[in-house]
Amino acid sequence: MSLIALLGALEIGLVFALVALGVYLSFRVLQFPDLTVDGSFPLGAAVAAILIVNHVNPWLATATAALAGALAGLTTAWLNLRLGILNLLASILTMIALYSINLRIMGRPNVALLGENTVLSPLQDLALPVYVTTPLAFALAVLLIKALLDRFLNSELGLALRATGANPRMARAQGIHTGQATYLGMALSNALVALAGALFAQSQGSADVTMGVGVIVVGLAAVIGGEALLNPRTVAWATAACVFGSLLYRLIVALALNADFLGLQAQDLNLITAALVAAALVLPRLRAGKTP
Amino acid sequence: MIEMRHVRVTFNAGTPLENPALRGIDLDIPAGQFLTVIGGNGAGKSTLLNALSGEINVSAGRISFDGQDVTRWPVAQRARWVARVFQDPLAGTCAELTIEENLALAAARGQWRSLRPALTAAARATFRDSLARLGLGLENRLQDRMSLLSGGQRQALSLLMATLQPMKILLLDEHTAALDPKTAAFVLELTRRIVAERQLTALMVTHSLRHALDVGTRTLMLHQGRIVLDIAGAERARLDVPDLLRLFEVAQGEPVTDDELLLG
Repeated sequence: MSLIALLGALEIGLVFALVALGVYLSFRVLQFPDLTVDGSFPLGAAVAAILIVNHVNPWLATATAALAGALAGLTTAWLNLRLGILNLLASILTMIALYSINLRIMGRPNVALLGENTVLSPLQDLALPVYVTTPLAFALAVLLIKALLDRFLNSELGLALRATGANPRMARAQGIHTGQATYLGMALSNALVALAGALFAQSQGSADVTMGVGVIVVGLAAVIGGEALLNPRTVAWATAACVFGSLLYRLIVALALNADFLGLQAQDLNLITAALVAAALVLPRLRAGKTP
Repeated sequence: MIEMRHVRVTFNAGTPLENPALRGIDLDIPAGQFLTVIGGNGAGKSTLLNALSGEINVSAGRISFDGQDVTRWPVAQRARWVARVFQDPLAGTCAELTIEENLALAAARGQWRSLRPALTAAARATFRDSLARLGLGLENRLQDRMSLLSGGQRQALSLLMATLQPMKILLLDEHTAALDPKTAAFVLELTRRIVAERQLTALMVTHSLRHALDVGTRTLMLHQGRIVLDIAGAERARLDVPDLLRLFEVAQGEPVTDDELLLG
């Protein structure tokens, strides 16, 4: 594998680390199985792309994308909490609805961003090549967001969110409005995913309505894989495991696709992903000495 | 003063499974009173407690705390004034969170939760002091996960958690029932001590006639959703378990089967 391919894998891995952090918030912290992600990722990309091609400040466009993701998360939470639709089904409904909404936002199946002024444009003026500076910039962004998320989850409010997921009855008895906590968590989770989508579109040079397919599985692969390997005991380690899992996932995929003797091709990606998630789910049980 | 007026709770109203769990409860609990509640299975003990906590919506009647009508307040809102310890040691704490995180959650019961760090050095020091007074050695295990503790340790900690914030009433839902006799005795003694020290208003539901008389200042007996016995003071002090059992049988109109109440 070439250096450029390696750095490319890391770059995508870093973007998806944000997805993993979002998935960690919904699946792990709130214990809300949320497939909205498959819609909120391209939603973030669509909103950012359409604003950027209309010459909106790329930072504002990216922030708006995150806000749109938060709205998607709120919608899923509302369907679940207010209308009483099963959480998984509620998220699938939002995800499907977003497919249409994303097409409406873009007005066409994809929007190219080549030559546009994006948040990554300033990197082109640096001495180092873009394929080095982009992953570096993303690494800084991911570290910053991870630190903010850690800080949040260790705050009084963050602890309330964690209690809401871990033991909602106890949380209510402690005066935590579990419904409000769920809205907040779902909004944050999908804002992170949409932010990832916005950054992905800007680094890849286009937004595409189909780019959300399987994002949830990739996010889960990162969360579950990271947990299986690092066995985190604290919030800071758990979020580190998400980032680590995402990077590792991309490296494994890149290696698998580059190993000619395996004969794997790009279309085998989802198969590899499924195999990795299955392996990550079984690994902790194997380690515990039990046969699966 | 906590007041319940004509409180009725009917489950599955209007269906063939209609079940009147509380059939008109009138109860005044003055501040500082420690109430024990006994009754057979299905007498409405837990329903009474859940009506006070807000976990069950009453079908009719009114509940007020110091004059404030709280009948329609959800659990989270009532938590400002209500602290509780559940019967199931797993229910009252978060297993995945650490001891100090559980304490921090309880220390903010009914309070606004901000973005300030949940755990500060000062909070940890307070928690360590409180834990040391339990005498279980938990003061050195602040960062251990709750799941590592035994049922008795968890119930003791739940009691401590309940008292970290002021309350108008402490609800104890058969909180020693899931423990072995020795641990149950320890948790009960701890309950008595904490309620006395802090001069709390408390309501303890129990299956044990012994416990009902041994702790508290007033005892209620429920039968089929009604209060059939309400004793306090000298009258209560004279009673022993066999007397209470006799009263219970009179109220119920039939002999008590062994498994219904723990007589020991």
